Amino acid sequence: MSNQKKLVIGVIGADVHAVGNKILYHAFTDAGFEVINLGVMVSQEEYIAAAIESNADAIVVSSLYGQGELDCRGMREKCDEAGLEGILLYVGGNIVIGKQPFDEVEKRFKAMGFNRAFPPGTPPETTIEALKEDLHVEG
Amino acid sequence: MRPILLIDFGSTYTKVTAVDVENAKLLGSAAAYTTVQTDVNDGLANAVTRLEEQTGKLDFAERYACSSAAGGLRMIASGLVPELTAEAAKCASLGAGAKVVKTYSFELTEDDAAEILAAKPDIFLLVGGTDGGNKACILNNAHVLAEAGGSFPIVIAGNRNAARECERILAGREVYVCENVMPKFGTLNIEPAQQRIRDIFLNRIVRAKGLTKASELISGILMPTPSAFLAAMRLLADGTKAQSGIGELIAVDVGGATTDVYSIADGMPDHPGTILKGLPEPYVKRTVEGDVGMRYSIHGIVDAAGLDTVAAISGLAAERVKELVDFLGTHTDTLPNTPELETLDEALAGCAIRTAVTRHAGRIEETYTMMGLAYAQTGKNLMNVERLVVTGGSLIHTKNTGKIASYALYDPKDTASLKPRKAELLVDRKYILAAMGLLSEHYPEAALTIMKEELENDGLAE
Repeated sequence: MSNQKKLVIGVIGADVHAVGNKILYHAFTDAGFEVINLGVMVSQEEYIAAAIESNADAIVVSSLYGQGELDCRGMREKCDEAGLEGILLYVGGNIVIGKQPFDEVEKRFKAMGFNRAFPPGTPPETTIEALKEDLHVEG
Repeated sequence: MRPILLIDFGSTYTKVTAVDVENAKLLGSAAAYTTVQTDVNDGLANAVTRLEEQTGKLDFAERYACSSAAGGLRMIASGLVPELTAEAAKCASLGAGAKVVKTYSFELTEDDAAEILAAKPDIFLLVGGTDGGNKACILNNAHVLAEAGGSFPIVIAGNRNAARECERILAGREVYVCENVMPKFGTLNIEPAQQRIRDIFLNRIVRAKGLTKASELISGILMPTPSAFLAAMRLLADGTKAQSGIGELIAVDVGGATTDVYSIADGMPDHPGTILKGLPEPYVKRTVEGDVGMRYSIHGIVDAAGLDTVAAISGLAAERVKELVDFLGTHTDTLPNTPELETLDEALAGCAIRTAVTRHAGRIEETYTMMGLAYAQTGKNLMNVERLVVTGGSLIHTKNTGKIASYALYDPKDTASLKPRKAELLVDRKYILAAMGLLSEHYPEAALTIMKEELENDGLAE
């Protein structure tokens, strides 16, 4: 139990898309992670506070309404400031407006300090695989 | 008749209330100056003499006491994140009837240690981290406390995976380990820590505060006074198995130094789609505004409400309000014995209630999203609470209680604040509520009957 990896998840900003969030919660839990689900309309500060108290291994940010780029700006810096240096940061969903080539979008989010960014329609299994790889979880 | 004596040792007054539990009747109440410096029994004896002048000689079958004398139960708490475990620690301490001197978050420093030592708390509540979560902070804080020294007891109620190590770091100190106040993210579990605080209060603090001489005479000092008040409010709202309560309520106690607000209400949103933010709220909640009081903290009322607002409500000129407020702040035993002081005190009491209830109540935020309008609620929704209990000199000794109390209600100028829309007003004219909380420990039926009988219904505040 003590080596179970902990994730803080939620939908960032003024975004109320609750369904995908619930699906991710169940998928991550079934995959063996301990999941702290903050639900929808989550601010950067809320992710960070939850990660501090629970000593989380990763923060997984969802955004479905196109404003993700604005909402996520400065999040890595705030994590550093709060003592969460090096915490794994993921983002996924419809994270930008319109149809843009995803490799460019990914580049921009990586420049913002996110370890990985996932395009629309990513199945939960892909993210789970990435988490296991980055957090060195067996199996 | 089976008379019981209920005693409230306050810092200035010792208040006594006599009830007949057999017939569930209030026999009388009286007060006299507290004499902690010499012998609390002198003040108690004087108060009982005054009481028996009204009731005739009484042969008390039992005597119970609560106490806020010698500063009350003074606590300091430390947690990790300010809005999470530090807030949970504060919430637990207040609910146990403590006066929270200070709440620290994150890692304590050497300077904090010096400050804590100088403040001489009665109990320190050490928390931080969810179970299995952050350990570093609580372990560091245990080290800081161990090095700081002092003899106050320490209650550890943080990350369970660090609790025993904290206990070892603090070896030689009076330490109690109990369940985490926030075992999982977003879950509040404050009762075990509160129970422990209450036990320590009974076993240790009553003795330290020089109240043992009195406790030989009486059947027990049961709790700190705010805790007795809280017990009374919970009983009044919820009732007993045999007798129904009056339902969800808010109570406000405007004192000279602080204003206490209690809510017994679930506080859930009106609309099912509302998103709840922040820590979950306890059904029984107490908040204390240390900067809002009618005399010692009079400047805090004006700072929060604004001088112009106090002037407008009282109808006095702003310069005059300032003069009088400065005077009352230094002459704290002044009674409102002129028409001018009376109007000013009413305005101040109204502002005190508005500030304290606004800080206690939750807030709702409207956010426009791509999916339409969304609501996010933080704290308790008290809009549907329909009963308001008020106590404190400035509300009891006036004919305008209703006008003053209406400042606790929903304010169209601050629509985000979730205060009651309208409420039936109940006034504690005889100052019996703490006594009824004490009585409720052994005689809940009698306590509830007496409260329903004695609380004066002052009509509807709208």
